[in-house]
Amino acid sequence: MKEFRADLHIHTCLSPCGSLAMVPGVIVEETLRKGLDVIGICDHNATENVIAVRKAAEKEKIPVLGGMEITSQEEVHILALFDNDESLSEMQRIVYENLPGTNDERAFGEQVIVNEEDRVVGLNDRLLIGATRLSLEAIVEAIHSLGGLAIASHIDRESFGIVGQLGFVPEGLALDALEVSPRSSVANAHAAFPQASGFPLVTFSDAHYPEDIGNRWTGFLIEDIRTVEMKWALQAQQGRRAFVSE
Amino acid sequence: MTLDEIVRELNLSVRSCGADLSRDVLGAYASDLLSDVMAHAEKGFLWITLQIHQNIVAVAVLKDLAGIVIVNNREPDAGTLSKADEERVPIVVTDLPTFEIAGRLYQLGLRGQVRC
Repeated sequence: MKEFRADLHIHTCLSPCGSLAMVPGVIVEETLRKGLDVIGICDHNATENVIAVRKAAEKEKIPVLGGMEITSQEEVHILALFDNDESLSEMQRIVYENLPGTNDERAFGEQVIVNEEDRVVGLNDRLLIGATRLSLEAIVEAIHSLGGLAIASHIDRESFGIVGQLGFVPEGLALDALEVSPRSSVANAHAAFPQASGFPLVTFSDAHYPEDIGNRWTGFLIEDIRTVEMKWALQAQQGRRAFVSE
Repeated sequence: MTLDEIVRELNLSVRSCGADLSRDVLGAYASDLLSDVMAHAEKGFLWITLQIHQNIVAVAVLKDLAGIVIVNNREPDAGTLSKADEERVPIVVTDLPTFEIAGRLYQLGLRGQVRC
């Protein structure tokens, strides 16, 4: 068993709100500087930069989980993380089938697709800041049917957090964990958000700028970096454990 | 009716500086879901919402709205205000809840539907 420091919620320049400096080389450099063992790339509703970051990270032997921060029809953000690319691309297909609209760069920002050498290879013209037509339940179900982790983003943020948008976590919603953002204390989160009771808590950086990477991380005591191992850790099963930074 | 006149009639507080309040307001739309506003608000409309984060400015720019009314005495985030100033999007606040401010705007003659 090994301890992995994980920051699984990092945006790239593909997110309209992500800094254009968030290119693979910079993300890898910052990941090394912060001493992280594994990172997750979660752009808004899109995955086009996952492979580039993974290729750039391979040289430094940093594993990269592919993911997405999906916007539900309730405008709640859900992190979807996968340990295999087939599941990730199937999830992407489902999201794109249900994501209307075209981006307006001036209003929302550029959505830049890059390669592992940080070169621009294209622009995503979908409305990535927009909401999918998928319900929370449908998103969590799809993630789980593909073997992924479903984590509600930044429950302490009023905008796009599940508690801010709905006021509660719907009964029966099978989230694997709830994420606390760097703006709140994880230790106090269960007291501050009674709605979160019964769910494991994680904390990640939600980095949109390079310097924010690794500001928060969650430690996983697991055999290897697979989502099933992380699920066990979150549930403290099979001798696995998860613990959070402050 | 201009936004300036509406602000005076309903005693609203202007929060963004340098925005153009002399624009004609063509109608109003009330919603707190950004995707719904993007789908249904019309150009020149006033948008009534409780959201205070900076994406509301982006939506107002995208839809070319006349301005944003934030309800329930909620104050826009600092980032929202600086973006509103940059984009010259008027933001006003009221202590009234959505239903009340919508009713008063309706009394002033604003309507929510330009297409039948």
